[in-house]
Amino acid sequence: MISLRLSLALPAALGFAALAAAGEFAPAIVYDFGGKFDRSFNQSASEGAERFKRDTGIAFREFEITNAAQREQIMAQLAKRGSSIIVAVGFTQASAVEKVARQFPGVKFTIIDAVVDLPNVQSINFREQESSYLCGMAAALVSKTGKIGFVGGMDIPLIRKFALGYVAGARQVHPNIEVIQNMTGTTPAAWGDPTKGAELAKSQFGRGVDVVFHAAGATGIGVMQAAKDAGLLSIGCDSNQDYLHPGSVLTSALKRVDVAVYKAFSDAKSGTWHAGQTVLGLAENGVDYSYDEHNRAVLTPAMKQRLDQARADIISGKLPVPEYRAQ
Amino acid sequence: METYTLIVLLLAATIRVATPLLLAALAGLFSERSGVIALGLEGMMLGAAFAAAAASAVTGSVWLGLGAGIATAVALALLLAFAGVTHRGNQVVAGMAVNIMVAGLGPALALAWFNLGGQTPQLEGAGQRFLALTWPWADAARAAPFPGLLYAELLSGHNLVVYFAAALVPFSAWVLYRTRFGLRLRAVGENPSAVDTAGISVTRLRYQAVMISGVLCGVAGTYLSTAASAGFVRDMTAGKGYLALAALIFGKWRPYPTLGACLLFAFTDALATRLQGVALPLVGVIPVQFILALPYVLTVLLLAGFVGTAVAPKAIGAPYAKEK
Repeated sequence: MISLRLSLALPAALGFAALAAAGEFAPAIVYDFGGKFDRSFNQSASEGAERFKRDTGIAFREFEITNAAQREQIMAQLAKRGSSIIVAVGFTQASAVEKVARQFPGVKFTIIDAVVDLPNVQSINFREQESSYLCGMAAALVSKTGKIGFVGGMDIPLIRKFALGYVAGARQVHPNIEVIQNMTGTTPAAWGDPTKGAELAKSQFGRGVDVVFHAAGATGIGVMQAAKDAGLLSIGCDSNQDYLHPGSVLTSALKRVDVAVYKAFSDAKSGTWHAGQTVLGLAENGVDYSYDEHNRAVLTPAMKQRLDQARADIISGKLPVPEYRAQ
Repeated sequence: METYTLIVLLLAATIRVATPLLLAALAGLFSERSGVIALGLEGMMLGAAFAAAAASAVTGSVWLGLGAGIATAVALALLLAFAGVTHRGNQVVAGMAVNIMVAGLGPALALAWFNLGGQTPQLEGAGQRFLALTWPWADAARAAPFPGLLYAELLSGHNLVVYFAAALVPFSAWVLYRTRFGLRLRAVGENPSAVDTAGISVTRLRYQAVMISGVLCGVAGTYLSTAASAGFVRDMTAGKGYLALAALIFGKWRPYPTLGACLLFAFTDALATRLQGVALPLVGVIPVQFILALPYVLTVLLLAGFVGTAVAPKAIGAPYAKEK
């Protein structure tokens, strides 16, 4: 028996407060599984949209996907209702964007974490391997057992990219370090299962891991909680998650989805938005590692210096970072 | 040595994963043995998980959370009994209705109260969660592999709910097979008219059974949101209620075999998380997809081949109408 999920939320969520009249600038954003409050990937996107609203006073429409059938429906709805730009967050939205963008050639679409090659679609991708590389270095520098862990969400190339960069960074510090990797699942449900995340982290701790990095959306909340409970360290992902458990979070692999969303909205408003592919890495401030008052106690100045050096070397091209998709 | 440690850790994880399953399966045991189909386990658990996390977040006390979780699950159980026993409605439909209702209602209430997108706040403070208890000398014993590690990992290091669930199995067996209440409960699930003829109220007994199942689901849900994780998220039961029902059938509606079934399901699940990326002798590293499918494949094989015929309580799902 499979649990039934009714999309009861659909009509209610569409009750937007103010519907834009024709000609007015009306941005929209569609979040992926895991939800707007996953404290990670989607939340970062939401922060970008909120910042745009604060700066310009322009309201935006938003929708959280809770089942796969909603994607096309909701995007077509948003386009039909006169949205000027629709930002689709997450690689799973690619096929829906492709279909709906063809139907509405006058509407601008921006997709994050995927490539859709159409004249009215902008594709934004990140070099996650670069920030993961720095996090791998940090983990290796701080690990006492010589074993570090990685918990991925859904098993997809994007997450393998994180893992590969992480392993490479750790090996640069300690060539013999052992990296134990787990994936949560093979369906989008793997982004929202903190209980499973905690269980995976505990299994890694049992094998001697003392630092764990997650790239698993809301599942990662469980991973970080487990690290806190065990008195060990975790590394956050996408959003700055250092504040979640100060002292237990070593750093976070930042992915500035917020910047991408903000830029897509404001470019579309000012008319400088253009279709095509953009890839953001360390050099473009698209990805980074976090350092703030919450992790200052665990990320020492010596470590920071080493990370900043590597950061500069990656940007200048002196330090090559392996790319999963190239292999 | 390394293998031995891995096996002990695997068994410890099995216990953690099995706990909510076992509680839900025992809840189903009481309900189904009285003749009421327990399809609402999933909903009762999810409702309790939400209520427990919400109450614990607001009051700062996990015990109040547990109380709220149990109260919510019992209220849902009463709803089920009202529909399925008093009004003789279809128990499958009533169970599914509760599951669907809670799946929507939990996140909706969480959104309204906490404004965190259908989650409850993270439970951070001391006393907001059931934490693992370390038994005396467990850390010292860890150094000695046998039996020290067994003691430190398997007996020590779990939270209260785990020990409660473990104690509940012999207790349930005792109640069902050694007490007058248990005899009547089993009788009402097999032949309600005989019970009625003896002058005992069928309705009252079934209400009692369904409420017991509510209490146990309440504990199971509380475990999920305050012990296994730190807060409520949408659909956090992830089908455990249905899996518990499968374990109950697998265990032929008996406490000890049901315990065995729950442990088996939990073991395959724990094994699946640990086999990822591990090179096995002869076959090498197995792709993740196969590993993740393992629990389901094993379940189907075992159900198909080894369990034999499971005979359900005769009056299950049949509402009892007193002859006028």
